[in-house]
Amino acid sequence: MMTAVPISWFLTLSAVLFSLGVAGFLFRRNIITVFMSIELMLNAVNLSFVTFSYQHKEVAGHILTFFVMVVAAAEAAVGLAIILTVFKNRATLNIDDISSMKN
Amino acid sequence: MDVILFLIFAAIAVVCAINVVVQTHPISSALSLVGVMGSLAVLYLLLGAEFIAAAQVIVYAGAIMVLFIFVIMLLNAGAEARKGRSYMVQFLGVPLLIFFLGLAAYFVQRMFPANTMVRFGGFTCAGTQTGESCGGAETVGRALFKTYLLPFEVTSILILIAIVGAIVLARKELES
Amino acid sequence: MELWLIPLLPFVGFLINGIFGRRFSKSLVNAVAIGSVVLSFAWVLKTIAGMGDLNSSVTEHYFTWISSGALNIGCDFFVDRLTIVMLLVVTGVGSLIHIYAIGYMAHEGGYYRFFAYLNLFMFFMLVLVLGANYLLLFVGWEGVGLCSYLLIGFYFDKQFATNAGNKAFIVNRIGDFGFSLAMFLIFRNFQSLDFAAVFHQAPGATEQTLTLIGLLLMVGACGKSAQIPLYVWLPDAMAGPTPVSALIHAATMVTAGVYMTARSWVIYTHAPGAMDVIAIIGVATAFFAATIGLAQNDIKKVFAYSTVSQLGYMFIGVGSGAFSAGIWHLVTHAFFKALLFLGAGSVIHACSGEQDIRQMGGLRSKIPITFWTMCCAWVAIAGVPPFSGFFSKDAILLAAYAHSPAIYWIGVFTAGLTAFYVSRAMFLAFFGEYRGHHHPHESPAVMWVPLAVLGALSLAGGFLFNVPEFLKFVFPAVAEPENHTLMYISVAAGFGGILIAAWMYVWQPGMADALVSVFSAPYKLIYNKYFVDEIYDATVVKPVVGGSRLVLWKGIDAGLIDGIVNGVGGQARGVGSVFRLLQSGNIRSYAAWVLAGGVVVIVVMGIAGGLR
Repeated sequence: MMTAVPISWFLTLSAVLFSLGVAGFLFRRNIITVFMSIELMLNAVNLSFVTFSYQHKEVAGHILTFFVMVVAAAEAAVGLAIILTVFKNRATLNIDDISSMKN
Repeated sequence: MDVILFLIFAAIAVVCAINVVVQTHPISSALSLVGVMGSLAVLYLLLGAEFIAAAQVIVYAGAIMVLFIFVIMLLNAGAEARKGRSYMVQFLGVPLLIFFLGLAAYFVQRMFPANTMVRFGGFTCAGTQTGESCGGAETVGRALFKTYLLPFEVTSILILIAIVGAIVLARKELES
Repeated sequence: MELWLIPLLPFVGFLINGIFGRRFSKSLVNAVAIGSVVLSFAWVLKTIAGMGDLNSSVTEHYFTWISSGALNIGCDFFVDRLTIVMLLVVTGVGSLIHIYAIGYMAHEGGYYRFFAYLNLFMFFMLVLVLGANYLLLFVGWEGVGLCSYLLIGFYFDKQFATNAGNKAFIVNRIGDFGFSLAMFLIFRNFQSLDFAAVFHQAPGATEQTLTLIGLLLMVGACGKSAQIPLYVWLPDAMAGPTPVSALIHAATMVTAGVYMTARSWVIYTHAPGAMDVIAIIGVATAFFAATIGLAQNDIKKVFAYSTVSQLGYMFIGVGSGAFSAGIWHLVTHAFFKALLFLGAGSVIHACSGEQDIRQMGGLRSKIPITFWTMCCAWVAIAGVPPFSGFFSKDAILLAAYAHSPAIYWIGVFTAGLTAFYVSRAMFLAFFGEYRGHHHPHESPAVMWVPLAVLGALSLAGGFLFNVPEFLKFVFPAVAEPENHTLMYISVAAGFGGILIAAWMYVWQPGMADALVSVFSAPYKLIYNKYFVDEIYDATVVKPVVGGSRLVLWKGIDAGLIDGIVNGVGGQARGVGSVFRLLQSGNIRSYAAWVLAGGVVVIVVMGIAGGLR
């Protein structure tokens, strides 16, 4: 039918991946899985940035994607360190059990 | 050709993403996530973002996901037990998600009529010579070190902070 | 002229005694208190001497108190002949009573406090008399009411004393409300409260306005000078120490209403309707109080009702147009009533606190000085010529006859009643055998010297001070028929009263009780003061207190206002406790809420057209 991909398909794919990431965040109980869902969301957003960059024929979108990746790396490092600490203290990876800030 | 590539790798991405969410053992989720990232890298190439695609594979899939797998193995996390769920999250979340997805899709369709097409090699910027792709290292590097120098330097400090933080948190753990 | 010294000296006395009096010795407190009043009296004399022929008035302006729009009130003092009369009475009789009080209060607690309050009272009374505008007069008016409250309730540990003080103040407030309304009307019509400006413009106002103003001023006077229907506080005010009763409730404060009415004579002469009302209230009060005084057994209560009755006489005089006659009776009444009260105080002091005349008797031989001085007051109040009371009462009755003969006849009858009840008190207390259980002893000199001075004034005051002559230049002339028949009739009434009392209590002692048993119902009525206090209590006090408690307190204050305030707080807490449930500590629910918020934002933007 066509030799090129309409741009809206990329954005729809990004939305789908983002929703899957949210679903994983909401419905999984393991902290690490939750964290990976966050990374999934970030990737979806990266895809949409690059798509917009293509639409506007600007390289700024790529730069932004680059920075998102950097931040995601930093966040992953610190977040996993926190998960390690939590595991040492609570001996559980169940996100529902870490609710001492209740009410 | 581009369409077929897109469809294949989009399908792989979606399937792996579903797998991330559905699998019980974290290792399976992590490996599926690697798959998502890989297919995303191909899609980036389709969009003419060569540098980003390379960075995705090297940094994301190669470093971050490896870190994840290290931690999973360190914690010896087992498969998730099937215990009671949070009902409120279920009741609130599922319809909300579907609604959100529908909303996003609708707006995307409405706002982006199919006049902009993505073609491999079609990413040409205004400033460069015509016909040259500008998603490569030279263009990105130029922009990074000229226009966006300040954020670049700041992110280096950010990484430093992350390193220090991670070491402090993890080190205290191992000692006690 | 330094008129400000006249009230300031007692005020300084109040400050010194009030602040430092606790550490002073009794003689130092005396010196400060008595000295300030006597000095004030001396300064009054000096002022009079410096005023020449007294035909012109003196006004001194000190500072502008209020200047707001059209309202311009200065702190001005004004002295004319009327003021001089009042000043002499207040400072002169006041000095004598202060001296008396040294002896009377010698064994009481709170000595310095008493004299401090007394000095404060003198200050306010002098401000009242010297004020050159209605507002300054009102300041003094309220101030003397305050001091009256403080002094009636001087024995603050006695419940009936504090109740009496409250009653005096509250009933006075009702009168003050009428006074305030009158001031509002005056200002509205004449754009000023200064006497000079108001009296200059008054003849130009409509008779209706002036009548209304006059009636409202009269309401104030009814409160302060204890006329019907606001007289009920005066008998209860006898709970205070006797010098207080003499000074405040006989000689000075209660006459403030008469003074104010006389001062406003310009308004009243142009409002004959108001003057008729005043005369009628005066004669009704005079008669009413005299009948109650017939049956009282507490010597101070007898004299209290006598005061109410004599004040009624003063208002008869003022209401009949004979302003100077009313003021003259004010002066002579100050002499003999103060003397009667001080003498009663001496008797009570002699009988070690006994106030019931049925427990006295035969004191003639035991406390002779008190007896003879009180005789002077007795003949004066009974209207026996040629003593002071005769002249003033006669002038009033003559003027009343010219105005309305009915008032004259009731006044004559009341004069007879007056003579009767005073004679009754005197006979029961001083004649016969002593029926009490104490050992009566004469009072010290510091107490009987003022009695003697007042006695002399009561006897000779009619000759020495021809007040109507003096005030001829202030008030308009009143045609007084020199009708000797009327004079003889009123004198005869006075003698008749004395004789009947002598018959009932000296020559035929059992007759009084026989009459009481025959006329038991009327006797009960007047003995219980016509149950006026009870009627007021049931119709006014209880509904107000009940309404206040139920509606205002429980309903509005506790229910509505507290309900609103607490309700707001309760609502905030309720809302907070709902929002608290959001903080479940469950990260996933937080994320769900974030998603929900994001969806809402997108929807809103879509509807608002932000996403095109």
